[in-house]
Amino acid sequence: MTSSAITAEGLRKRYGDVQAVDGVSFEVEAGEFYGILGPNGAGKTTTLEIVEGLREPDEGTARLLGELSWPRNTALLRRIGVQLQASAFFEKLTAREQIRTFASFYDVSDERADAMLESVGLTDKADVQDDKLSGGQAQRLSIACALVHDPELVFLDEPTTGLDPQARRNLWDLLRRINSEGRTVVLTTHYMDEAETLCDRVAVMDNGKILRVGPPRELISDLGVDSLEDVFLELTGREYRE
Amino acid sequence: MRTLRSLSKVMYLGMVRDKSAVFFMLLFPLMFLLLFGALFQSEGGTRVTVAQVGDVEVLDQLGDDQLGALDETLRIERAGDRDRALEDVRQGDVDAAIWEVDGEIELYVSASDPARSGTVNGIVNGLVQEANVAATGQEPTYRITAGQVEDESLKAIQFFTPGLLGWAVAMGASFMSALTLVAWRKKRLLRRLWLAPIGPGQVIGARVGVSLGLSMVQLAVFLGVAIIPFYGLRLTGNWWLSIPLIACGTLAFMAVGLVIGAWAKTEESANGALQITILPMAFLSGSFFPTDGMPGWLQTVSHVLPLKWLNEAMMSVLSRGGGWSDALPAMGVLLLFAAVLTAIAAKLFRWDSA
Repeated sequence: MTSSAITAEGLRKRYGDVQAVDGVSFEVEAGEFYGILGPNGAGKTTTLEIVEGLREPDEGTARLLGELSWPRNTALLRRIGVQLQASAFFEKLTAREQIRTFASFYDVSDERADAMLESVGLTDKADVQDDKLSGGQAQRLSIACALVHDPELVFLDEPTTGLDPQARRNLWDLLRRINSEGRTVVLTTHYMDEAETLCDRVAVMDNGKILRVGPPRELISDLGVDSLEDVFLELTGREYRE
Repeated sequence: MRTLRSLSKVMYLGMVRDKSAVFFMLLFPLMFLLLFGALFQSEGGTRVTVAQVGDVEVLDQLGDDQLGALDETLRIERAGDRDRALEDVRQGDVDAAIWEVDGEIELYVSASDPARSGTVNGIVNGLVQEANVAATGQEPTYRITAGQVEDESLKAIQFFTPGLLGWAVAMGASFMSALTLVAWRKKRLLRRLWLAPIGPGQVIGARVGVSLGLSMVQLAVFLGVAIIPFYGLRLTGNWWLSIPLIACGTLAFMAVGLVIGAWAKTEESANGALQITILPMAFLSGSFFPTDGMPGWLQTVSHVLPLKWLNEAMMSVLSRGGGWSDALPAMGVLLLFAAVLTAIAAKLFRWDSA
């Protein structure tokens, strides 16, 4: 076993005429906070789905914690946590019931599930049904559900989309804490300030390829611009995407 | 095991906390049973009413016991005059008008309902012949004893209970599996479950378990209501065969739901597709009224419908004294439906709604 949490090599995936992922390779170190950035349709989501083991790549391999993520490997699934874009909750269940249900999939006790709920500050919302939670509360619950089995590697897909600034800052603290507890975190986001503050390294993607990888500060100075947002626009252009 | 239990709990809570689901799966069909059962309760089928004008000796001489015996089929009303009585026949308020002129009995019926007119004719004719024989002072040479092959209590409820129950089970099983599939796909729960260390068998097992549970509750509630004396359902010997029959029916309709759920992108379109599948099928399968009057080709069509098989077999075992020989072919057909439709659903299956 190597020290890298993720090793992706030569990933390719085609949907009909569209080459969604076109030869993506990257490595994420254990304990790293890694960001994947790119405009809509750049291939971020498909890349992440291949890496997580949701889709089979046409070409290439993805290893998580040293094991292939495809075909489905339940032993590996116990060691990773995934928060999907938009909250994947069971209908009509309260916050406590949601997290206890996810806990049961991993043989995690109800007590541990309740403690997880506490740690994201949702104890007072435990008896509220999923559709009555605010955007920030739903995101925190969704992250808690992804973390309930204490995974070594966590994927978060646009966790702060649609949140107000308070909720966003609040969530940043949570994400930092998750990372400082020794977990590897992979994050996708459209907010460059978020990536700049949180990520140790970021990969900028477009047209199914990785254009640049590095620590945000390094990318900024390499390109001689002021912020990660400028780096992003410099690399991916200014025209509208879908 | 814990996963299976918690998934079952999730599906159970998702169902019972959805007020409209509880209403449509359980209460709505039950309301039909309560209503139909009450509405058609007095329907002996062919009780006819005759308006009598003046004295009619054949009718007047009937003793109380004879009138009592006739009461099931014939009711006699007094009418003031002939015009009034004829008008009542025209309006359909009574089935016939009768009066006597010097030993000649005149009977007027309406042509609008030949069946009832025939019944009136037959009864009155019978009474007249009996009176004629009695007038000769001889013992009649021939007598007739009539019997019925069905349970004598084959009332409306004996028909409505299996039919409406079949409809209720078909709705419950198909809606639950279709909506779970569509909602879980839309909310990306299918993806999320793929990323949890659980097997597809646990998800499917929980869904089948909860749906079977719902069907058994429907069966128990329907039979429980129908056998109270007010409705008066009488169960025949092998009624317990309805349990495996309903189980097979549940599987068949869950498979219907799976096909629609695999095809539909939204809950709304799944809902619509289910309605236009299940409701016409319920009509053609005799859930609401007997299909004997349907044209032959429609009856042929109805025999390829799983609900028809379920309803017929249910009626057989619940109220016609049917046994394994009626239940087994239906179970076989329903399970075959389940297998074929599930295979189709597997072909259509998608992880994402996009």
